[in-house]
Amino acid sequence: MTAATLPRRTAPAAPHPPGGLRLTAATAARVLRQLRHDHRTVAMMLVLPSALLGLLYLLWADLPTVPGQPSTFDRVGLTMLGIFPFVVMFLVTSIAMLRERASGTLERLLTTPLSRPALLLGYGLAFGLAAAAQAVVTVSVATIGYDLDVAGPVYLVVLIAVVDAVLGVALGLLASAFARSEFQAVQFMPVIVLPQFFLCGLLVPREQMAGWLQAVSDVLPLTYAVEALQEVGASAGASGTMWVDVAVVAGAALLALGAAAATLRRRTS
Amino acid sequence: MDAAVTVTDLVVHRGRRRVLHGLSATLPRGQVTGLLGPSGSGKTTLMRALVGVQVVRSGSVSVLGETAGSPGLRARVGYVTQAPSVYADLTVRENARYFAALYGVGAAAADAALADVGLTDAAGQLVTDLSGGQQGRVSLACALVGVPELLVLDEPTVGLDPVLRVELWARFHALAAAGTTLIVSSHVMDEAGRCDRLLLIREGRLLSDSTPQELRARTGTEDLEAAFLTLVRTAEETAA
Repeated sequence: MTAATLPRRTAPAAPHPPGGLRLTAATAARVLRQLRHDHRTVAMMLVLPSALLGLLYLLWADLPTVPGQPSTFDRVGLTMLGIFPFVVMFLVTSIAMLRERASGTLERLLTTPLSRPALLLGYGLAFGLAAAAQAVVTVSVATIGYDLDVAGPVYLVVLIAVVDAVLGVALGLLASAFARSEFQAVQFMPVIVLPQFFLCGLLVPREQMAGWLQAVSDVLPLTYAVEALQEVGASAGASGTMWVDVAVVAGAALLALGAAAATLRRRTS
Repeated sequence: MDAAVTVTDLVVHRGRRRVLHGLSATLPRGQVTGLLGPSGSGKTTLMRALVGVQVVRSGSVSVLGETAGSPGLRARVGYVTQAPSVYADLTVRENARYFAALYGVGAAAADAALADVGLTDAAGQLVTDLSGGQQGRVSLACALVGVPELLVLDEPTVGLDPVLRVELWARFHALAAAGTTLIVSSHVMDEAGRCDRLLLIREGRLLSDSTPQELRARTGTEDLEAAFLTLVRTAEETAA
């Protein structure tokens, strides 16, 4: 760094404004690189859902099952395959976004050509890929190690888990816009996740709920993710209901991403 | 030649406090303009307004012929915040390459920017393992990488040893000689003499806009710190 060798660079004659897709990909790659440097987080992401599922497996392993009905583990375990990625990715994303804010990198990014939707899609892409790796591991361990019975193709379970994870990412990004501190961000988890979990139909079948609770359940996206998983668990092929459910979850994720982009202010006071 | 930056009657509130009181100033192109004033005088707020991340109450800011913060400016303006704003959990090189990708330039530009701030040897290290001064230089490299026409630097030399400070100032002047406009804030008066032009602000008001020579002549002192104090006292007497 000596003055004698300078100046030697000039501004590019006609700088090509980089496209949104390339910036999304660059941002996703950056988020994944950050993840790669954090070995413990990667290990926990890959192993923790399988370990927790193992605990559920052992919990019901010695209990008798009603003949002709799916075992409790088959029902609950399958549902958890959709809930784990949703919860994990919600938490990871809201904390990651809060870190961007606190470290000043978010403000800096907002002064670069990176658009807000491209930034958020980058996060969605990166954590969606991480969720895919997580889902492959968890679904493999569940079906091979814990004898989880799935009537339909296993790849559809992975697909639903990934769409669910992207929903978690999108809601995490949205929630982080309203959190001013890590304490607040962490507490958004029970606010966003638990009502959806209670009302998704796992604890009490939806048709047995009070009418108004069922109506609330109807507008919560996790309900559709759980229904999609139950469809795959019960029928050998991909049912029309399942595809509608997947589309609803994906639509909710896009809606949340759009809302997150709209609430992310470039100018702050 | 038109000005690089024109600020007109800028009023900014942060919280309930009015931080900038109708400030007006112009920055010539291809020069190093120093923004000096005590801490809390509104330097950072003015810089945030220049890069378009500050909510503005009234007044206007025009940068390189466009409204501050407009999309077309984002590839032309580089901003380095006071605290290093880079990813601590990435390596130096990974940081530079990410910002290179955002500005649409290649990995070679990232390596060149790291060489410019003397961090080639540290390129493979995680930012979190570097000293504060080195982290600041990573942050600077991530702005240099896009070869911006306007470089907004908020206290870039804080925490640097004297040798590095001299080298960085040489770098700033080299950039200005190549046509870049720089605005550099500092609260250290001994850096004021290195600027082509000085904006002195105090409590959100522009106290003086001149070259260091003019300031010395006007206040009759060689010492810029003394000159600044003279201006403050004159302003207070006028107000009283």
